[in-house]
Amino acid sequence: MAIATTSSTSTRRARGGPVRAHKLLQLNWFGGLAGWIWLAIVVIPLYWIVVTSFKDQSDYFTQNPFALPSAPTSENYKLVIESDFPRYFINSVIVTIGTIVPAVGISFMAAYAIIRGAGSRFLAGVNGMFLMGLAIPLQATIIPVYLLIIKMHLYDSLLALILPSVAFSIPLSVLVLSNFIRDVPKELFESMRVDGATEWGMLRTLAFPLTRPALVTVSIYNGLAVWNGFLLPLILTQSPDKRTLPLALWTFQGQYSVNVPAVLASVVLTTLPIVILYAVSRRQLLSGLTAGFSR
Amino acid sequence: MTVTAPPVVPATGRNVSSDAGGSRVGRSGPVAWMVLPALVLFVVFGVVPLIGVVVLSFTQWDGLGPIHANGLANWRSVLSDPQTWHSVYVTFEIMILSWAVQTPMSLLLGTFLAGRQRYRAFLAVLYFIPLLLSSAAIAITYKALLDPNFGLGAGLHIGFLTQDWLGKSNLAIAVVIFIVSWQFIPFHSLIYQGGVRQIPTTMYEAASIDGAGRIRQFFSITIPQLKYTIITSSTLMVVGSLTFFDLIFVLTAGGPGDATRVLALDMYKRGFMSNQMGPASVIASIIVLLGLVLALLLRRLGGSTTASQQEGA
Repeated sequence: MAIATTSSTSTRRARGGPVRAHKLLQLNWFGGLAGWIWLAIVVIPLYWIVVTSFKDQSDYFTQNPFALPSAPTSENYKLVIESDFPRYFINSVIVTIGTIVPAVGISFMAAYAIIRGAGSRFLAGVNGMFLMGLAIPLQATIIPVYLLIIKMHLYDSLLALILPSVAFSIPLSVLVLSNFIRDVPKELFESMRVDGATEWGMLRTLAFPLTRPALVTVSIYNGLAVWNGFLLPLILTQSPDKRTLPLALWTFQGQYSVNVPAVLASVVLTTLPIVILYAVSRRQLLSGLTAGFSR
Repeated sequence: MTVTAPPVVPATGRNVSSDAGGSRVGRSGPVAWMVLPALVLFVVFGVVPLIGVVVLSFTQWDGLGPIHANGLANWRSVLSDPQTWHSVYVTFEIMILSWAVQTPMSLLLGTFLAGRQRYRAFLAVLYFIPLLLSSAAIAITYKALLDPNFGLGAGLHIGFLTQDWLGKSNLAIAVVIFIVSWQFIPFHSLIYQGGVRQIPTTMYEAASIDGAGRIRQFFSITIPQLKYTIITSSTLMVVGSLTFFDLIFVLTAGGPGDATRVLALDMYKRGFMSNQMGPASVIASIIVLLGLVLALLLRRLGGSTTASQQEGA
């Protein structure tokens, strides 16, 4: 019953800590059972999405749902691409990059200031405000955001999506980045200061390279949230040519609800870029997903 | 959903002020400006709207025309509207049930994933795929999957699966909870995995010498040791559940009837479908208030989480 493989564990080390072999945890058959059941729960719908997206409609209605398509077709994908999805894709890329670059940049500067200027009441207050922002469901402030965007004459533009997204991503980014900047040895800052470096210079040549993993983490976390964001595009844009992918998915589904294979093809296509990213840099993406929570 | 984090993290500066020495005071000046861009944006699109939502709750506005003050009228009408209380009820129902489903499962999977075998790492890779999908994509998929006529149940001729899942109140709520779990259990498992790996093995060794079995160890060591992790994860679940909007909006649009009309959806419908921004702002204020109260309550429950967070870092 027990799953006993103790060989590799004793040699591996938890990051920086003492050896933590979990011999006893490995006998966890109950957890193992849950693990395999969960695998089925996760994989079955995913498999179904992919298989169905290659079926034509008659196959979909007649075949066993898990059977491979009798005549695989790319028609569904063609329909999706012809329905302006390339444009929505570009919109999503613009909004995502347009959000994470400034968001991570200004959060990094803020985090640097908060750590380096520790002791300043002003900075402590600002930091406290950001931390408050973590506890508040910011989406609930959508109505005043909508009003602001109208007053700024930004309604129905991609910038209308970018600005609030940047603001909403600041609290968590500052939190994670400041945790990392705090770990940079003070002596390094001291010696650079003695050599006449400015704060800006230290930020660029010392803090930036040393916190690069955290910057990637934060970028991924925010990027995913923006890429998958639905509420802001729904409320702050209107014209079809300003749609981002999740919103486009929803309208496409409304239009072609009978054509399930095509709808599922749109799901596959919009998720594909992230799945590729996941395949390429899984570790960073995972640490990005839990950005700082498991610390 | 955008994951909203709890205020469990220590105020920064705690470490720094103790060892930075005398030069500290002189340095705080020149760096302070660096916080300004973030501060300005956060104030404009975070703090001002937060205040704005309360201000707008005392006004009448259709979303386009002029805004008029109308005192307590919105609050009176919203608080005496059974719809509001129904939404509060549904929100808590989904919050509590999805917490109750997700927490034990995440704990179990997190403990399982803490083992360092290869195949577990491989399973983990697959587990996390749902986290990559947008809530809209997930809702669309499940809508098709659960269709009583053409979905999975009908295709496989499984009677149990061939129900009008989204057409009956209780079933629709169960579906929402299932999908939320499908989407977020991996995330919380990952948090628990990190937590379990920090428990010293010696504790388990000592316990097994004392004759404690595995289940006993799980309840007397793993769970107590994970106290702060459980609180962090629960806070994320609870506060996060206040913002389940996209999933429910695409899946059921609040239906059948108003069965899944959670507060976030109620806010949207009042504001952007009925063009009553005032009452919608009242609902929004309630959401903000609930988020704050719940986060603070959970924080209180855990005592000071500062120490554990620092150790983990």
